[in-house]
Amino acid sequence: MSETGELLTQNAVGAEAAVRKAGGKRELSEGKKAERKLGLWLCAPAALVMLAVTGWPIIYSIWLSLQRYDLRFPDQQAFVGLENYVTVLGSPYWWQAFGITMMLTVVSVAIELVLGMTLALIMHRTLVGRGLVRTVALIPYGIVTVVAAFSWRYAWQSETGYLADLFAGQTDPLVNFWSSMGIITLAEVWKTTPFMALLLMAGLALVPDDLLKAAQMDGASAWQRFVKVMLPVMKPAILVALLFRTLDAFRIFDNIFVLTQGSQGRSSVSIQAYNNLIKGLNLGIGSTMSVLIFITVAIIAFIFVKLFGTAAPGSDEEGRR
Amino acid sequence: MAIQTAPDQDQWTRPSIWTRWGPKARWGLIDILVIAYAIIPVLWIVSLSFKTPSTLSDKSFIPNEWTWDNYINIFKTTDFIQALINSIGIALIATLIAVVLGTMAAYAIARLDFPGKRILVGVSLMIAMFPQVSLVSPLFDMERSLGLFDTWPGLILPYITFALPLAIYTLSAFFREIPWELEKAAKMDGATPGQAFRKVIAPLAAPGVFTTAILVFIFCWNDFLFAISLTSTNESRTVPAALQFFTGASYFEDPTGTTSAAAVIITIPIIIFVLFFQRRIVAGLTSGAVKG
Repeated sequence: MSETGELLTQNAVGAEAAVRKAGGKRELSEGKKAERKLGLWLCAPAALVMLAVTGWPIIYSIWLSLQRYDLRFPDQQAFVGLENYVTVLGSPYWWQAFGITMMLTVVSVAIELVLGMTLALIMHRTLVGRGLVRTVALIPYGIVTVVAAFSWRYAWQSETGYLADLFAGQTDPLVNFWSSMGIITLAEVWKTTPFMALLLMAGLALVPDDLLKAAQMDGASAWQRFVKVMLPVMKPAILVALLFRTLDAFRIFDNIFVLTQGSQGRSSVSIQAYNNLIKGLNLGIGSTMSVLIFITVAIIAFIFVKLFGTAAPGSDEEGRR
Repeated sequence: MAIQTAPDQDQWTRPSIWTRWGPKARWGLIDILVIAYAIIPVLWIVSLSFKTPSTLSDKSFIPNEWTWDNYINIFKTTDFIQALINSIGIALIATLIAVVLGTMAAYAIARLDFPGKRILVGVSLMIAMFPQVSLVSPLFDMERSLGLFDTWPGLILPYITFALPLAIYTLSAFFREIPWELEKAAKMDGATPGQAFRKVIAPLAAPGVFTTAILVFIFCWNDFLFAISLTSTNESRTVPAALQFFTGASYFEDPTGTTSAAAVIITIPIIIFVLFFQRRIVAGLTSGAVKG
C-alpha cells in the first residue's frame, strides 16, 4: 500500500488522475481515501489564502500594467497595451535603479558569502562561548531592518554620528554617492550575514569529521581541507543560501528608504515602484514595474536552478518525504 | 579500575591545557569580535535614546548626560502607543493564523499522500521568493476598493501569505523528525487519521510549532514595505512605518532621540526571543534549508 503512495507522489499529476480513474478497480482502501481527503482539507485553507493574496493580485497587476491608470486622473483610465512597458523600459531612471539594485545585490551577496562562511566556521568550531556567539549572531537577523537602518543613519549623519568623521573633510557621507552606496551595502551585509552563516553552518554540520581527520593525516593543509573536503560537501547548502539571499537582496527597500530616501539616483527598483505607486499614485506604471521586477526575479531563480540543478530548494523538498 | 583511570585522565588533560590555552585565547578574541560586530549598532541606538537634546549631537558613543525623557515623551504621544498596539496586534494575529494554517498544511505534506502536494510545495516556495513590492500595487488598488486599505486585516492578509511558506517549510522539516510509529500505533488502536493528528502528533509537534511561531512573528514584526504602502493613518500603521513620521516632543524638535527610543522599544521583543530561544531559532532556520 505504501508503494502505491510512493508511486502516486512520484508521478505527475496527469498520471495520478489516470490512476485515480482506474481507482475503482484498484480499490483505494478506506484508510487511503480518508488520508487523501484529510490531506486536501488540511492544505486547502493555506492554499486558498496564498492564492487569494498572491495568485489573484499577480494576474490583476498584469492587467493593471496594461492600463493607463493614474489615480490623480481616474477618468482617463484606458487600455493602452504595452505602452507602459515602453515608457518604463525607455526610462533612464528605471535602468539606473535596475543597475544600482543589481550592483548592490552582487556586491552585498558576495561579501556576505565570505563573511558568512567565516562566521559559520567560528560558530561551528569555537572552543569557548559557542552558545553566546550563536545568540549574539542572531541579533542582526532578528532586529527590525528599519531600526538597524536608523542606527546606521544616525551613525553616519554628519550632525550626530560617531562614524561621520571617518571621511573628514568630505561631504556628508550619506549625501555623497559612493559613500552612501557603501553605507547601504554595510547595513545590508550587517543585517543578513548571520542568516547566511546559519544556513552555511547547517551545511558545515554535514561534513564528516572522519573525512577531515583523514585529510589532515594525509597532510592536507587547513586551506586544502576547506577547499577540497568541506566545500564540496557544503555545495548544496551554499547554493541554497546564495539563492535565498540573492532574491532577497534584489528586493532591497527598507535600508535604502531609511538611509537615503532613494534620492539622487540611489533608488532600487523596489523604491522606484513604491514611488510611482504611493507617491505618484500612478497604478499603471507602478504595476508595470512590479511585473518587471517579478520577471527579473523569476529569471534569476531560473538561472540558479538551471545552473545548479539538484541544489534548488524545491528539489530538496521533494527529494525526501 | 577507578584508580587506573585517574592518572590516565591526568595524562590527557595536562598537555591539553598547554596546547589548548593558545587556541582558547584566540577563540576568545574572535568571539569578542563577533559580539562587537553584532551589538555595536544596537548599543549605538540605545545610547542615542538616552541622550539629552543638548548632547544628542556630541557624537559620543556613550551618553554624557543620561535621561529617560525620550521614552517618557514617546509614551505621552498617542501616535506611538497606537502604532505599538497595531504592531503587536497585527503581528500576533497574523502569526496565529499563519501557524495554524501552516501546521495543517505541513502535516499533510510531511505525512499524507494526496493529489497536488508537489504543486503546493512549489507554489509556496515561489511565494517565499516572490518580490513583495510586486504585490504592493495590486493590493493597494484591491484593498482600496474592498475597504481593507489602512485596516488591520489589510496588513494581516499579506503577512499571512508571506509567512505561510516560511511556516510550511520549517514545520514540515520538523514534522519529518517526529517518531511516526506512535501515530501508526494510535491508528492500530482504531484512531482515525484526524484523531491521530490531534491526540498524538500535535503534542509532539508543539516545540516545532512554537519555534515556527517565533520565526513568523519576527517576520511580521519586521515588515516595512507593506506597512508603509497599505496604510495612510495611525489607524493601522505599525511601528516601523510610524517611525518615518516621528517628530520630537514638538513639531520643530529634532526627532532623533524619540525615534531612537521607539526603535529600542520594538527591539526588546527580538532580544528576548534571541536570548531565550537561541537554540530553537537556529534549529528552525537551518532545519528546512539543508536537511530538507
